[in-house]
Amino acid sequence: MPAGFSAADFYYLLPEILLTAGALLVLVVDVLLPRRESAVFGVTLGTLAASGVAVLAFAGLDTTISAGLLAVDGFAAFFKVLFLLSAGITVLMSVPYLQVEGVRAGEYCFLILCATLGMMFMASGIDLITLFIGLETMAISFYILTGFLKPSRRSNEAAVKYFLLGAFSLGLLLYGMSLFYGVTGTTSLAGIAEALAGTERTLLLSLALILLGAGMGFKIAAVPFHMWAPDVYEGAPTPVTAFLSVGSKAASFAMLLRILLEGLPGLMADWQVFFWALAAVTMTVGNIAAITQSNIKRMLAYSSIAHAGYLLIGVVAASDRGVTSIMVYLWVYLFMQLGAFAILSMLRRKDVVGDELKDLSGLYFRQPAAAIAMLIFMLSLGGIPPTAGFMGKFWLFSAAIESGFIWLAVIGVVNSAISLYYYIRVVVFMWLKEETLGSAITIRPAIAVALVIAVAGSLLFGVYPQVLFDQAQSASEMLGASVPAAVLLQP
Amino acid sequence: MLEITPLHYSLLSAALFMIGVIGVLVRRNVIIIFMSIELILNAVNINLVALSDQLQDLAGQVFVVFVIAVAAAEAAVGLGIIIAFYRNKETVNIDEIQIMRW
Repeated sequence: MPAGFSAADFYYLLPEILLTAGALLVLVVDVLLPRRESAVFGVTLGTLAASGVAVLAFAGLDTTISAGLLAVDGFAAFFKVLFLLSAGITVLMSVPYLQVEGVRAGEYCFLILCATLGMMFMASGIDLITLFIGLETMAISFYILTGFLKPSRRSNEAAVKYFLLGAFSLGLLLYGMSLFYGVTGTTSLAGIAEALAGTERTLLLSLALILLGAGMGFKIAAVPFHMWAPDVYEGAPTPVTAFLSVGSKAASFAMLLRILLEGLPGLMADWQVFFWALAAVTMTVGNIAAITQSNIKRMLAYSSIAHAGYLLIGVVAASDRGVTSIMVYLWVYLFMQLGAFAILSMLRRKDVVGDELKDLSGLYFRQPAAAIAMLIFMLSLGGIPPTAGFMGKFWLFSAAIESGFIWLAVIGVVNSAISLYYYIRVVVFMWLKEETLGSAITIRPAIAVALVIAVAGSLLFGVYPQVLFDQAQSASEMLGASVPAAVLLQP
Repeated sequence: MLEITPLHYSLLSAALFMIGVIGVLVRRNVIIIFMSIELILNAVNINLVALSDQLQDLAGQVFVVFVIAVAAAEAAVGLGIIIAFYRNKETVNIDEIQIMRW
């Protein structure tokens, strides 16, 4: 491994450097400027946009930097744009929410940017150390964000639960990593793949794989490692929940794909079985538990667990098509999930918490536009044809069938049907219940922008998905650079 | 006279890891659970250093430095969260952390 850093390393790190500088600038602006709230939001969105431009400028590259610690490739760029967009939408929906909660925006935006920074390193890390540092940068920011409403008991409780289980899962993950280091003698994913090629599976390797799988299972909230998710999603501030369910999940999947496909293709038969079981249980438990919920944030938490199950189908398929469909689905999921949470943020008013199902009743008669947007998000989450959710699921299931996992696809389709029940129930409340609660609901400009982006994404990629699919395909081809294609395509 | 080899350190690390996991699962005090988690992280550190010695490779020791740094950051944040929780609820027993269930 060549030692030392060169100027090129810093050049290719420009997106991350811009994000860090912007995050620090937010803290300064928060203290120095008058009218600080709008200045803080402006600087935050500007930073995200600037970083996004820098990411797009490097999108066509396929290279490794910093002595083989980070990759600048299409796969990383694809995910980085996703993280930046979801952070942007989250900040937009936070504007009115923070005002109602009476929370200062400076530190909040700083932490959102730090979490985004961590995610970007998770997507581009190709060494166990960088992946772990990225994961923790994200996780520690989220621990604080979850408990951001200090006077709220629910927020405190969510933060304690998230922190304890997050730190515990980190311990499992790290022990798994240390075992992989012991077996292979290197921390670089390419080195691990090389050392494991052709070796027999030993007990130690199985143990390492199980610990690693459990640690990642916590992060993507797969059953049976999902216990924290409903409580944390319910207790955290609504925009944080949104970012947690989209950004954190997408980053964890990026990291999982990197580790499994770049580091452990030699153990594919083993982790396919492991994640097959995880996917089937996750989908089923998530959907069945969601049916009984009366709190929408909690319901969306279980729905997000179920979606982790659908996404794991793509991991099990482990083909080019599987990886591509995961990437497509995460984009689609970004729009529909953030959109639904933007509606919930809008419902938060001085006199209404706005996260119970009954708070949505009669929404159509008070704010028809918001109700129609929510209808689109629910249909998309359920996977009804003209929406993006359908295309995403279609590709995931077809990837499973292509790789020969017919039963997994069947379980996925059955679960998709079950999920319709609780998504449609939200629609029933908005249209058929007439009683209305609390003060008037206003769509503030920031929320309106977030909703327009989310609705546009949910519909556009349902009608014309080819753009997204092409992008994902060319990005996922770069992931396989160090993986022999023959290994990738075997069922 | 028994010679202490890296394997012995790995066994010590495995024992510490098990103690930590069991501590997380059976103890009810948030602080003690947190200490058990620190035990797990230190088990990882011992394992990495032992393996690094065995493999004669520096990456393991670099990894340890990062794990220590992250564990410190996590302790700072975690204790802050626990104090915020304690101010509202006056308890650190996880059986009483139950506003949200199912």
